[in-house]
Amino acid sequence: MAEPRILTYREAVLEALFEEMRANADVVVIGEDVAAAGGVFKQTEGLFAEFGANRVIDTPISEPGAFGMAVGAAMSGLRPVFEVMFGDFMTLVMDQLVNQAAKVRYMSNGTAKVPLVLRTTMGLGANLGPQHSQSFHAWAAHVPGLKIAIPSTPADAKGLWKAAIRDDDPVLIFEDRLLYTMKGDIPAGDHVLPLGQARIVREGRDVTLIAIGRMVEFAQAAAKLLADEGIEVEIIDPRTLVPFDTKTVIDSVKRTHRALVIDGAPRAYGVTGEIAATIAEEAFDWLDAPVGRLAGSNTPVPFSRSLEKLARPDAKTIAQHVRAVLG
Amino acid sequence: MAKSKKPAAKSKIPAPKPRKPQPGTRQDSAAFLAIYRQMALIRAFEEAVRSLATSGLVPGLVHLCSGQEATNVGVISALEPRDIIASHHRGHGHCLARGAEPNLLLAEILGKAAGYGGGRSGSMHVIDLEHGNLGTNGIVGGGIPLACGAALTARARNSGAVSVCFFGDGALNQGLLHECMNMAAIWKLAVVFVCENNGYGEFTAIDDVTAGDSIPARGEVFGIPSKTIDGMDVLAVRKAALAAVTKARKGGGPSFLICNTWRYGGHHVGDKQDYKDDAEAKAWRAKDPLPRFAAWLAKHHGIGARKLSNIDQTVAAQVASAVDAARRAPEPDSSALDRHVYG
Repeated sequence: MAEPRILTYREAVLEALFEEMRANADVVVIGEDVAAAGGVFKQTEGLFAEFGANRVIDTPISEPGAFGMAVGAAMSGLRPVFEVMFGDFMTLVMDQLVNQAAKVRYMSNGTAKVPLVLRTTMGLGANLGPQHSQSFHAWAAHVPGLKIAIPSTPADAKGLWKAAIRDDDPVLIFEDRLLYTMKGDIPAGDHVLPLGQARIVREGRDVTLIAIGRMVEFAQAAAKLLADEGIEVEIIDPRTLVPFDTKTVIDSVKRTHRALVIDGAPRAYGVTGEIAATIAEEAFDWLDAPVGRLAGSNTPVPFSRSLEKLARPDAKTIAQHVRAVLG
Repeated sequence: MAKSKKPAAKSKIPAPKPRKPQPGTRQDSAAFLAIYRQMALIRAFEEAVRSLATSGLVPGLVHLCSGQEATNVGVISALEPRDIIASHHRGHGHCLARGAEPNLLLAEILGKAAGYGGGRSGSMHVIDLEHGNLGTNGIVGGGIPLACGAALTARARNSGAVSVCFFGDGALNQGLLHECMNMAAIWKLAVVFVCENNGYGEFTAIDDVTAGDSIPARGEVFGIPSKTIDGMDVLAVRKAALAAVTKARKGGGPSFLICNTWRYGGHHVGDKQDYKDDAEAKAWRAKDPLPRFAAWLAKHHGIGARKLSNIDQTVAAQVASAVDAARRAPEPDSSALDRHVYG
């Protein structure tokens, strides 16, 4: 068996794309600047040279129409990977996503399907301001019919991408673009992860941290700080919000009796509330403290370097909240 | 109706050339009678839905296409089985012309388990892929990119299929239309854009909300050949559609057809239409596509009133039977609530 290889997150996603496009001629990539330019973050580099203009399609800056076409292409047999360059631009495709893609299987009583991947970004940290830094995974997770994957490592990115492309439902993949340069081991062979299977990132006895996307990285840094104080945290990365691996989270909380849910998007009506409520419902009798929540500020994402930092959790604020949950 | 002698073209069999009407020949008389039959079926179906709706038997709102039969059938009679359409909220006629079962369509309109969506979708969301129909649509303009997307599939698979997107004049002012026209033009997609212009977007006259004095100009600006047609004349619509479909199939790119027509029943059943002018309505009624085509059949094919009346009776019986079946059909089982949300 081949040795594991080290790739960046971006390379891992590209490898998944190359493998799936070679395996299935119905897989096409559609988006802005994805062809000859290779993507604004070089995340589609090389695809155009190998697969050509019929399968790597540069669109005009017309997100609603172009994404609607991807939905129609999926309904009629292709498996499009559609790129929304920044998560903020999700607002432009919401009608085609929510009113068409998410409902086709239901409305057709199972006779039609929309096997497509919508890839977009999430997360702040690059001083891109209020319209290029948002994370809309909670919006999407509220819509029945959509699946939501948020890979936090190169290996997970490859495995979730391959699963998403093969899935027969619309799958949204949110990538924190500050993870693109993260390096990690990639398992050899056809690495496909099932959607709906959480990963226990770190085991610990004192408290369960459920962290979304790049928050996993911050939670790991917080775990190191806390370990020096004798606090052992368990970290769970749900990897997909829909389907959600409730069992892994609940089993962990039953062991640690405490939980803190961490997300980088604004807290109000977000995923921390949903996950915290699920824990309260399913594991109330095992809890020794109220479930904690830590998320982004309920503000637009500010531009300035000093202000932007305040708008989302980091290792330090995570550690503070863990201490609070531990009382 | 131009039909291949071979069964539905799923394969790489080249598209049959549309046969030119040969007035007077028996074969073409049959094809033209089929066009009449489809228009009569749509009219009878819609009037039955109207009657069911006014009796309170149709849940929600329902939008009828009585008066627009010539645009529905004229365009769809120009298509092959492998071709794809996307319809809109006033779409029963497209479904039927494309081959939908009246029983299943009516069952869906009444929210019954036997319907195309299992009773979960209703009139505005009838998806019938078996007949190349991406669906009626509750969002104005929503079907336009879907049809264009099917054209991307046809291009990727080199299938030779042509897509048609139907939309009303209301969608002329949706940005989606202009985005899709631009992309269809740059990629030379095999798409025919068909605007069924019935003069009103919901309850508002097109002239009140539409700038410029030329609708075709909205296609021409993208280099798309655009044409205004008498949408009450099924043969004129069919002729224009055949030309556009043939061009698209040969790789000639998109076309834009504006079919001027009229909806008899208002925006939805129950719309009092007090915003319409009586004289205008009367003038449009005088152009009713059914008697008009009947007169043409009599003149050019010697088809008498009795033959057409037989067709009228046959479709009336078919619709009556669909009404009966749909009314007696069971409601969806409670287990249908969360079925097919995911695969």
